[in-house]
Amino acid sequence: MKGMTIIVKTITKFLSPLIILFGVYIVLHGHLTPGGGFPGGVMIASCFILLTLAYGKEAAYKKLKRSTSSVVESLGVLIFLIFALLGIFVGGYFFLNFLPLGHPLKIISAGIIPLCYIGVGLEVAGAIFAVFLALVLFKAGEEKEKPQ
Amino acid sequence: MNLIPLFIAVPLGVAFILALLGKFKEVVSDLLAALSTLSLAILSFVLIGQLKTHGIFVYTVGKWTPPWGINLVLDGLSLLMLIVINTVSFLVILYSVSYMKKFTAKSRYYALFMLMLAGMNGVVLTGDFFNLFVFSEVAAISSYALVAFGVEAEELEASFKYMVMGSIASILILFSVGLLYGLTGSLNMADVGRMIQGRRNVFLSFSMTLFLAGFGLKAAVIPFHAWLPDAHPSAPAPISAMLSGVLIKALGVYALMRIFFNVFGMGLQLYWTFMILGCVSMIGGGLLALRQEDLKRLLAYSSISQIGYIILGLGCGNYWGIMGALFHLLNHASFKSLLFLNSGAVEYSTGTRKLEKMGGLSKVMPVTGATSTIASLSISGIPPFNGFWSKLFIIIGLIQAGHFVLAVITILVSVLTLAYYLRMQRYAFFGKLKESLEKIKEAPFLMSFSVIVLAIICLGVGILFYPVMKIVLEPAVEVLQEGIRYSSLVLGG
Amino acid sequence: MIFFLCFVIFLIGLYCVIVKKNILKIVIGIAIMEYAVNLFLILLGYRWEGVPAIVTETVTQAKFVDPLPQALVLTAIVISIATLALMVSLCIRIHQRYKTFDITKIRRLKG
Repeated sequence: MKGMTIIVKTITKFLSPLIILFGVYIVLHGHLTPGGGFPGGVMIASCFILLTLAYGKEAAYKKLKRSTSSVVESLGVLIFLIFALLGIFVGGYFFLNFLPLGHPLKIISAGIIPLCYIGVGLEVAGAIFAVFLALVLFKAGEEKEKPQ
Repeated sequence: MNLIPLFIAVPLGVAFILALLGKFKEVVSDLLAALSTLSLAILSFVLIGQLKTHGIFVYTVGKWTPPWGINLVLDGLSLLMLIVINTVSFLVILYSVSYMKKFTAKSRYYALFMLMLAGMNGVVLTGDFFNLFVFSEVAAISSYALVAFGVEAEELEASFKYMVMGSIASILILFSVGLLYGLTGSLNMADVGRMIQGRRNVFLSFSMTLFLAGFGLKAAVIPFHAWLPDAHPSAPAPISAMLSGVLIKALGVYALMRIFFNVFGMGLQLYWTFMILGCVSMIGGGLLALRQEDLKRLLAYSSISQIGYIILGLGCGNYWGIMGALFHLLNHASFKSLLFLNSGAVEYSTGTRKLEKMGGLSKVMPVTGATSTIASLSISGIPPFNGFWSKLFIIIGLIQAGHFVLAVITILVSVLTLAYYLRMQRYAFFGKLKESLEKIKEAPFLMSFSVIVLAIICLGVGILFYPVMKIVLEPAVEVLQEGIRYSSLVLGG
Repeated sequence: MIFFLCFVIFLIGLYCVIVKKNILKIVIGIAIMEYAVNLFLILLGYRWEGVPAIVTETVTQAKFVDPLPQALVLTAIVISIATLALMVSLCIRIHQRYKTFDITKIRRLKG
C-alpha cells in the first residue's frame, strides 16, 4: 500500500501532534468533562492510523511496530488491574477509591479515577491500532501469495 | 472475604500477562495458566466452608452500598457454578498443554481461555444486570475467537454462524436490560426484584420474552439451537469441552435461573414455558443425534438433549425437580467434557472424526476406551454412575407434580440416549480393529490424566451422591426455591 | 413515539441479517441493530427540558438528563467495536478459504 499525495503528507505532519494532544486531553480530563479512557484512546489510535494511511505501509512499519502496540495494550490493562487490587491492600475493598478526593472541578481530584483512565486510554489505543495492523498485514500476506 | 473479586481479577490479569510473555518459552505460559486455574479451583472449594458459616454474602465493590453500587453476590447457586467452572477449566488446561502442541500461537490460546474464564466467573458472581451483560459478552467474544482458533475453512464458517447468532442474542439481552431500567430506574438485581413484585404490565412481559430469547439462544434450547451443531464440533477439542460442558450452562442456564427465579418470580405460565421448551429440546436433540456420522456432532446434539433435561427439571418447580436439574448440571459438566476430551484424543491419534472409519479402538487406546465407556453409561442413566441419580430425581419431581406424560417421555428419551451412545461405542471402540488403525498409540500422559480424573469424578459422585447433595447442592436449591426473597436477603443483609 | 422508531431501525437491521446474501452485509445488519439498541438506551434517559449532565462552575440547580444510560451505552459501543472487528477479520479469512462472500455457497457443514 503506497502513501497518499504530498498534500496529505504535509497536512498530516502538522495535524498529528495536535490530534494526539487532544486525545491525551480527553483522557486526562475524563472526570471533569465528557469522555474518559475510551474516546481518548480511540483518538490516539486514529492518529496512528492516519499516519499509516498517509505515509504508506512500509514507511510506517519502521516506526510503529505491531509488537509495541500489543505490549502497550497489555500494560494498560495491568495498570488498571493493579489500581483495582491496591484497593484491597489499602482500604479493604476491591476498587476502593483510596487516593484523596480533593476539590471538585480541579484536575487532581476524584481519587484513582484519572489514573485508571490513563490505563484504559493506553489499552484502547493499543488495541485498536493492533487490530488495524492485523487487518492490514493480512491483506499484505494475501497479495504476496497470489503471484505464486 | 476479599477472595471473591479474585475470581475475576486473577484470570483477567493472567490473560494479559500471558499476552506479554508470549515470546518466552512455552513452558512458562503452560505453568502460569495451569497454576492459576489450580489455585482458583482450590479457592472455590475453600469457599464452601465460608458459605456455611456466613450464609449469603454480598461483597460491595469500592464500598458503594447497593442499590447504587456494584455488588458481587455469593450464595449457594453461585458457589455450585464456581466449583463446576473452575474445576473443569483446570482439567481442560492440563489437557490442552499437550493437545495444543500442534498449534503455533499457544500463549494466545491461553490468554483467550483465561479471558473466557474471567467472563464466566463474572457472570456467576455478579448481582447487577449490566455487569451480567458485560461479562457475558467478554466470555462470548473469547469463545467466538477460540472456536475459530485453527483457521481451517469449516471452523471459520462455524465460528461466523455462532458469532452472528450470539451477537443477536446479546443485542436482545441489552434491549431487555434497557427496558427494565426504564421501568424501574435501577440496575441492581435485588432492587429490581423488589420493585416489580405484583406489577404485571405488558412491558414486563416483553422484557421477560426478550430475556428468554437471548439467554435461551446462549443456552441452546431448541428453537435457538442452530449454532451449536456447527460450533462445538469445529472447535479444538478442549474448547469443545469447555463450551459444551461449562459455557452454555454458565451463560445460558444460570442466567435463566437467576433472572426468572430470583428477580421476576416464577408463575404458572413460566413454569409451563420452561417445561415445554425443555421437553422439545430433549426430544429434538435425541432424535437428531441418532443419525449422525460425525463423532463430535453426535456429542453436540446430545448436549442439546441434556440441556433440555435441565430446563425440564427447572420447570417442575418442586424440590426434587430443581435438585435433579442442578445435579444434572454438575453431572453433565463432568461427563460431557470427558466425552469431548476423549473425542479429541481419538482425533489426535487417528486423525479422523467419522464413525465409519473407526473401529475397535479400545484395543490400542485402553484408557480412552474405558473412560468413554464410563461416560456413555453415566450419561444414559445407568446405576451406579451419577447420571442415574440426577435423572431419577427429575423423574420423581415430575411425578410429584403430576405430569405423568412428561415423566414417561423423559424415560423414553433416556432409553434413546442409551441407544445412540451404545451405537457410538460400538462403532468407535468395540468391534474389530481396522488395519489402517493398528499403529496408533495411546494419548499422551497429560491428556490421559485429565480424562481419568473426570472419570473418577463421574464414578465418585455417583457413589457418594448423598454427601455431594447435602454439601453443595442443597444450598443452591434453597436459593432457587426462596425465589423472590433473594432481594430482601441481599439488600437487608 | 420515538421508541417506536428505535424498534423500526432494529427491524431494518434484522431484515439485513436474514435476507442478504453477502456476509459483509450481514455484518452491517448487526451493526445497525446495535445502533438501534444504543439509541433506545440513550433515549430512556431523556428528561423534559433537561440539560447535559456536566457540572461546571456556572451550572446551578438545573434539571439534568440521566447520565447512567450514557455510561451503559459507552460500554456497549466498545463491546460492539470488539465484536465487529472480530467479525470482519473472520470475513476476510473466509474469503481467503472459500473464495467467495456469498453465504449460500459457504455451506460445508450440514446435517
